[in-house]
Amino acid sequence: MNDSATLLHVQGLCKDFGLRRTVAERITREQAKPVRAVDDVSFALRRGEILGLVGESGSGKTTLARCIIRLVEPDAGTIKLDGVDVRAAGGGELRELRRRMQMVFQDPYSSLNPRMTVGAALQEAGRVHNRPGSENGEQFVREALERVHLSANLAKRRPRELSGGQRQRVAVARALAVGPEVLIADEAVSALDVSVQAQLLNLFLDLRDELGVAILFVAHQLAVIAEVADRVAIMNRGRLVEDGQTAAVFANPQDEYTKSLLAAHPRPRLQRATS
Amino acid sequence: MTVAPKPLLTIEGLRVEFDSPDGRVVAVRDAGLSIRPGEIVGLIGESGSGKTLTCRSVIRLVPWPGNITAGQIEFDGRDVLGMKPKELRDLRAHDVGMIYQDPFSSLNPVFRIGDQVTETLRVNLGLGRSEARARALELLGDVGIRDAERRALSYPHEFSGGMRQRVMIALATASEPRLLLADEPTTALDVTTQAQILALLMRLREERNIAVLLVSHDFGVIAQVCDRVAVMYGGHIVESGPIEALYNNAQHPYTRALLDSVPQLESAGRVTRKPVIPGTPPEPTESLTGCVFKARCRHAQPSCDLVSMELEPVSSGHDTACPVRPFAATDPAQPARAGAEA
Amino acid sequence: MSAVDTLGQQPPLVGTTERRRRAGGLRGLPLQAKIGAGILAVLFLAGLLAPLIAPYGQNELDFTHVYNSPSLSHLMGTDGTGRDVFSRTLYALRLDLLIVVLVTYVPLPIGVLVGAVAGYFGGAFDAIISRITDTMIAFPFIVLVIAVISIVGPGVKGVLIGVPIVAWALYARLARSEMLVLREQPFMLATSALGYSRRRAILRHAVPNLMRSSLIYSTLDMVVNILLLASLAYLGLGAQPPNAELGSIIADGQSTLLTAWWVATLPGLVVVLFGVGAGLLGDGLSDGQLRGRVQ
Repeated sequence: MNDSATLLHVQGLCKDFGLRRTVAERITREQAKPVRAVDDVSFALRRGEILGLVGESGSGKTTLARCIIRLVEPDAGTIKLDGVDVRAAGGGELRELRRRMQMVFQDPYSSLNPRMTVGAALQEAGRVHNRPGSENGEQFVREALERVHLSANLAKRRPRELSGGQRQRVAVARALAVGPEVLIADEAVSALDVSVQAQLLNLFLDLRDELGVAILFVAHQLAVIAEVADRVAIMNRGRLVEDGQTAAVFANPQDEYTKSLLAAHPRPRLQRATS
Repeated sequence: MTVAPKPLLTIEGLRVEFDSPDGRVVAVRDAGLSIRPGEIVGLIGESGSGKTLTCRSVIRLVPWPGNITAGQIEFDGRDVLGMKPKELRDLRAHDVGMIYQDPFSSLNPVFRIGDQVTETLRVNLGLGRSEARARALELLGDVGIRDAERRALSYPHEFSGGMRQRVMIALATASEPRLLLADEPTTALDVTTQAQILALLMRLREERNIAVLLVSHDFGVIAQVCDRVAVMYGGHIVESGPIEALYNNAQHPYTRALLDSVPQLESAGRVTRKPVIPGTPPEPTESLTGCVFKARCRHAQPSCDLVSMELEPVSSGHDTACPVRPFAATDPAQPARAGAEA
Repeated sequence: MSAVDTLGQQPPLVGTTERRRRAGGLRGLPLQAKIGAGILAVLFLAGLLAPLIAPYGQNELDFTHVYNSPSLSHLMGTDGTGRDVFSRTLYALRLDLLIVVLVTYVPLPIGVLVGAVAGYFGGAFDAIISRITDTMIAFPFIVLVIAVISIVGPGVKGVLIGVPIVAWALYARLARSEMLVLREQPFMLATSALGYSRRRAILRHAVPNLMRSSLIYSTLDMVVNILLLASLAYLGLGAQPPNAELGSIIADGQSTLLTAWWVATLPGLVVVLFGVGAGLLGDGLSDGQLRGRVQ
């Protein structure tokens, strides 16, 4: 599994929640039952691919995504970015690893600092990591916005003046501004209207094709995954139950849970004639 | 053709505005639709389309500072907009039920589930305590809550989202309403739970002939349960008709573009990209002349500046607000129309 | 799975009011806040310019005009020693407002910073800070201030030291509880994901968002403080005579309330006016926060 095509390698990752005991439990020496949010998960993200991570609420997919960049500290397992051990890194090394693996969050209404203008947020990202070109603030911001097909005029605006789709693009631009190799999209399009969602999905495809960014695309809607992911991994209650090429998994699911997920997908009572 | 039964609900020319210090903000500009008894009608649109307000207007539940400034709403022959407070309360209590997107905030967290249903029955139907209790358990069973007697003792936070939604449906249908308003009822639910709730709605329609107005932004949901659907954009209904007609022969460019951009399971493994609608939907404060969609429409023509957004028939029961009809010629079932309507 | 809040997704209204609000700064405030700010501005200006606009000195005795009722030459009348009440009020405003600003806005940034750090890091540090703030807040405010005054002696000094010792704790607690919520917001998580230092995350990202509630609360705090000053002066513990101080002016006029009502009442109204102004400003600012979407 450790071939050169693998960029991010996760092995045996575990995360439990709820080990704190209440005073009463401590007195009675009861063992608190931990919740296994992530239960022995292993997968690989290859260069230049979009890997979909599907699960319903409570499946652990968001926790897993956060463990990878150590927003949440995993309890066990290894995470390797291009061979570098993420869990062992500290200080400057961790910061550099984080720079290489950026995250885009779900809620466009709170993923940008409401008090910072778009331009300021983008510039800050560039300067903190000394990105090439970040000394020339205006140019840097303009290029960052162009990468996500937004006009440079938006640099002076605050997030509340932008629509949901625009905010998500700015969030993507901010992530790209530090030059990552991996982008983790944590339900990044789930809160958007269908037509805006389609725009963002195309953007992610562009990033894969033109910038060569590998994307871990976390979502709960199978159809969205189908549109954008090359490979897919299915999560259920913390465990990774199936993974493979998207078309193959959807056409021929092996795991019971995957089957039930596909069966529950809304099936229109009629098929749409190709338009 | 058999005469269609008289509509249970008709909305015509609905206009919902907000008074802001700088003048009027129009959220719903001109909406009209009708629902027949036992019919499931979908209302689909994106943010800012006005679909939620249209739905709430049916029982005049428009939140302050909005108000209904024009239009007619008739329920079973009764004029809703002209109703006095007591009549309106009766309407809401007995004839029309409503369920919302977030079941958690619609249930009182400090009362047990069973008590909340019992209360509705006692207040709205005047049942005695034990009678109401028995009926409440029946209702909970009807909506698919097994072991109702024990579950009725639970508090809302002990229920999952799907269960809470079922309770909401039980509450809303307790007084045997003829119409159920469902405002994004499954948006907050997992896909497996969503499937169950939609199945429940269809079963209620079968067993009790309850009509449903289902508001959603998800075409998959709409296509699964609706008989007819109305598409809203920029505060107007831009197209309405039977689900098959819209799905296979949408005449309004927005409807087609929306259908085209819906993610499909079948796209897995394909290389082609989804066509996108450029730009963003209009804001409620913008005053728009002509067609509300023209700025983003691939088929826009100069004559679109003069469009009145009135619905014109395409075929029986299928209306569109687009006079250009760019797709008419390509559809084999339709005789070709030359250019724009006069 | 998070709900798609379609109502909340509507882009903000772009009417004139909203454009003004987005313009930021003073033009964006609702009317209530502007009126409040206006009242306060007038009072502050009056105090600032007291030496220039006061028709008489604050201690100009004139035994020929004792207890004169308000007239054109003495807008608020005169007191028992013929001093012009209006002039005294102006000088008193000058002193009181200066003190109020110092004891409100010096502890504010300190408290916010401590609270922000405590809330951000949590753990033992937070526990310690929280116990300290809880203790300070539980303490009867005025008792502590009197205790400090008994050490350093009466006069303005006592207030300037005593009040901030407790006031910072209030802001710290406010900022801490807001930080507990704020740090879970995606844009704060993003600062970690982006590899920003914690210092940057707290100072550059969190604190600007925490300031708002504290500033709103500070308008209330100012009113409390001015009343505190007045109360202390009334007890003889504040600014010492013959320095003009609103509380002492009112206290002096108490004995003649029925005969020379203007000595106590009119300066008292000035205090009320200050409260009204601060209250309107605070309400107006917090309204903007709560109003959110019109739908």
